[in-house]
This record gives sequence, structure tokens and C-alpha cells, in this order.
Amino acid sequence: MSKERIQISEALYDIMPSDYQDLVKSATYGKEDRGWKDIGTSKELIEQHSLCAGCPESMAFRYILASLPNPEDTVMVGSTGCTSLVFPMVAVHNIHSLFGNQNAIASGLKRALSVRFPGRVKDVVVLAGDGATVDIGLDMTLQAWFRQEKFTTICFDNELYANTGGQESGLMQKGFVAKMAPVGKLFDKVRLPEIARESGCHYVVNCTVSKPSLVEKVIRNAVHIAREIGPTYLQLYTPCILEIGKNSMEGLQEMRDSEKPTERFAYKEYVSEPAKQLLAELAAKDKERKAAAKQLAAQAQAN
Amino acid sequence: MSDYRVLPGPEHFLPPAAASMGIRLPNPGEAHINGVITSEEDAYEEAARQFLMAKVPTIFPGPLVLWAWNEKAAKKATAIRHLFNTLKECVQPGQKPMLIPMPDYRPKYPKINPEVEINPNHPNLTIWHNKIDCCIFIGVHCHQANLSLKIIRGGTSCYTIAMCAQAGHEDAMLSFRDASVEKIMRLADTIKRLKGTVQPRLASANNGVSN
Repeated sequence: MSKERIQISEALYDIMPSDYQDLVKSATYGKEDRGWKDIGTSKELIEQHSLCAGCPESMAFRYILASLPNPEDTVMVGSTGCTSLVFPMVAVHNIHSLFGNQNAIASGLKRALSVRFPGRVKDVVVLAGDGATVDIGLDMTLQAWFRQEKFTTICFDNELYANTGGQESGLMQKGFVAKMAPVGKLFDKVRLPEIARESGCHYVVNCTVSKPSLVEKVIRNAVHIAREIGPTYLQLYTPCILEIGKNSMEGLQEMRDSEKPTERFAYKEYVSEPAKQLLAELAAKDKERKAAAKQLAAQAQAN
Repeated sequence: MSDYRVLPGPEHFLPPAAASMGIRLPNPGEAHINGVITSEEDAYEEAARQFLMAKVPTIFPGPLVLWAWNEKAAKKATAIRHLFNTLKECVQPGQKPMLIPMPDYRPKYPKINPEVEINPNHPNLTIWHNKIDCCIFIGVHCHQANLSLKIIRGGTSCYTIAMCAQAGHEDAMLSFRDASVEKIMRLADTIKRLKGTVQPRLASANNGVSN
């Protein structure tokens, strides 16, 4: 994979807005070791967004886009919600689906890409909110997992319908009172990570996005496993600071508080046996590659 | 044949699709002017005249030519640059030709800079901001070009020309079909040939601004 495939016509180069020129010159497309540390040092695949100031979802978006192992050949499928406000500014192919349809769209897309580009690795990543994943789109989410569709589903869990003013969602915690849910949630948060495991997902993680290196690791694992083995699911806590009455600066602390061992977003990971084997193989290859690179660098220095 | 004519607007907030008003697309070797099928030869002359008359004649290249997808795309880009250079050479003092890209079809949030780019979802902003009174679309995918052309016809008085690689556009005031490097070069040659024979409408231009 390489950014050589993405080139501006020379005759019209000077009239292209600078963000496109920068994207071609210094984006991380094609870089093998790309990751969250590139944020701020290289052209990002997302620079501006229209989310609220301090929104944890905007952090999550950046970490995810910086961690995709193969952004040139990745198609993201989004759904209605705050995420759909960001996709217009993302330099990765993306499709906006009808509310809840994202996993059905991704299923067809993944299959079509395998037929259209048989010799090329094409990753599909679904990124939707909790309303789209668990309430409106639960049918499509589960059916994709039952069918063992090879793509990653990421749920930005903010525990309510933030985009429309704070209605109750299936992933809202029991007893929580929101602006548009004044009675308080009457039943428990849907245990989707467990449902995902039982539905056939090979890699399931439930965590917050407070630690970028952790987000990078789980995204890479999820995409690689989905590519080779079967469906993967990540549930990431991206609290809506407005709807839970916090200030712009308090999003990070909210996530840290919610990931303590006894809290609902304590890190939980499930890896199936075939997925464990794949991760071990990938780790071994990575180690080999790094050792070879180190050796080359040492040789170059000696010469 | 329909009595409806595709004319510079502002038509109204939601102008009808020209196709729904009975305007049909030209056959190969033909073009249309204001919705009336005509020869390509006439269309080159009229397009060149409109460009030479305009205060701010503008070329809008789209993603099909902005990105070097293949050799043909790169050649078209070179031809477009030649067309723009020719236009600059042929206009009179006071006229200001522009070359503004349409690099993205997605609506640009939080904001677009209408001075340096045009977006199909709100093309009127670029027309208004730069006071464009005549423009040509080249290398824009048909469905996005149709959307833009309708919005421009609805809210501005800009004269629109489409150099379409497929079957042409009813919603443009003038449309070629089967665009190629040769056709772009021929338009440039026609502009060169008509240089000095057309009076620019500098004083009377209403600058593409509606009402």
C-alpha cells in the first residue's frame, strides 16, 4: 500500500487547497508504523471537526484514524449521530448509512470489495453511536456477527442520544436521568460486549479512550483479526460532556473515573483461540521486522 | 418539443430539473444551448462568446481531472490549464478569469473557503463570493454536476457551461458531451479565434449575484 496511488494532477497542483496538498505530501498513508504518536507531527487524516469543544469523541476519532493499519484501503461506514458530523472531514473513504443500517451496508460492501479487488487487502470498519449499534440497528449488528462478516464494528458509547438532546438509549446506565429522559433509566445497560462474544465476535473490547496507546493497540488488533478471521467489536466510552453536565475540560477525567476496576468501563477483552494465534503470529513478525530494521540501521551507521 | 428554456437565473429557490421540463440530452456529435439541441460547432462559438463577454469567466475542474487517476486524467488537466492560459491571454483589461477547483463532494464543515474552492452542495457561495458570471464544469461526476448546476441556476445569474465526459447536462445553459482532451483544446482554439471580436459586458454585469 502506498500513497503513490493518490496524486494530484501536476497541471492543476497549484490550485488545489493546501489541505489536499499537505495530505499528499505528508500524510501517514503508506507508513507502516503509523499510530497515535503521528498526531501533531504529520498530516492527520482528520484536522478539524464540528463536534463540541473538548468532546471525547473527537479524541477517539483521531486515535482511531491514526491507528488504522491500512487507511488507503479502508472504507468506514458511519451512521446517524455525532459521528456523521465528522466524516465529511475525514480523509478515508466513508459511507453514511441510514440510521441503524451500518452493519448491513458494511456486510455488502466487504463482500463487494473482495470480488472487485480479489488481490488487495480492503478493510471495512463500522463506526456508529450506541443508538445506531444497540437500539435502532441491533438487528443488523447481530446478524452481521452471526454471519461471521469480516469487518470491525466500533461503537462510540456515550450512553444516550446526544445528538438530539439526550434521550435514553439501550447503553444508558440504570437510573440515569437525562434531559429528555426525566424518569430515569428503568433497566440495566445492555451488555453488548457479552452479546458480541456469544454472537461470534472473535475480538471484543470494552474500554474508554483515555489512553491513546491502548486505543491504538485494540484498533490494530480488531482490524487485523476482522481481516483474517471474523467479526470484531469495540465498545469505546466517549462521554457526551454536555449531556452529563460536565465542562469541556472534564471529559478525560470522566473517562478515567469510569474505567476504574469496579466501574462499567473497566478494561475487558475477549480474544477467541484462532484470534490469539493470529495475534501471536503478528507479534512475532513485527518483532522480526523491527530487529531487521535495527540491524540495517546499525549497519548503515557502521558504514 | 418543450417551450422551457434553460436560462441564467435566479430562477427560484427550487428550480425544476430541466429534464422534467422536457429538455433532452444531445446525441453524440451534438450539444445544447439553453436546452435546444444544436451542432457542436455552434456550441463552441457560443461558449467562447460567453467566456469572452463575462466579467469573471471561471473554470471549475472536478476530482476526475484534479487527481491523476490515470494518464488520460493528467492529460485533461494539462488541457484545462491550457484553456485557462488561453482565456487569460484573450480577455480584456477588467475581466478576471479564474480557475477554482472542486476537490471534494462532501459538504464542508465547519466552513468552506469559497474563495479557493467550490463545493457542489453550496456552489452559490463561490459564485457570489468571486462574482462569477460565467463558468464551465469539467471533470465533475454527473450527479454532483447536476446538483450544482441546479443550485447555481436557482440562486444566481451565472451562465453555466458543462463539458461532460458522458451524455451532457440538461441543467447547464450550454452543454457538450463526450468531453476529451481534443474538445477542451478546441474550445481554447475557438476562444483564441474570437479574441477581440466580442465586447465584454463589464458595465452591465450583475456579477452572478441574485437580485
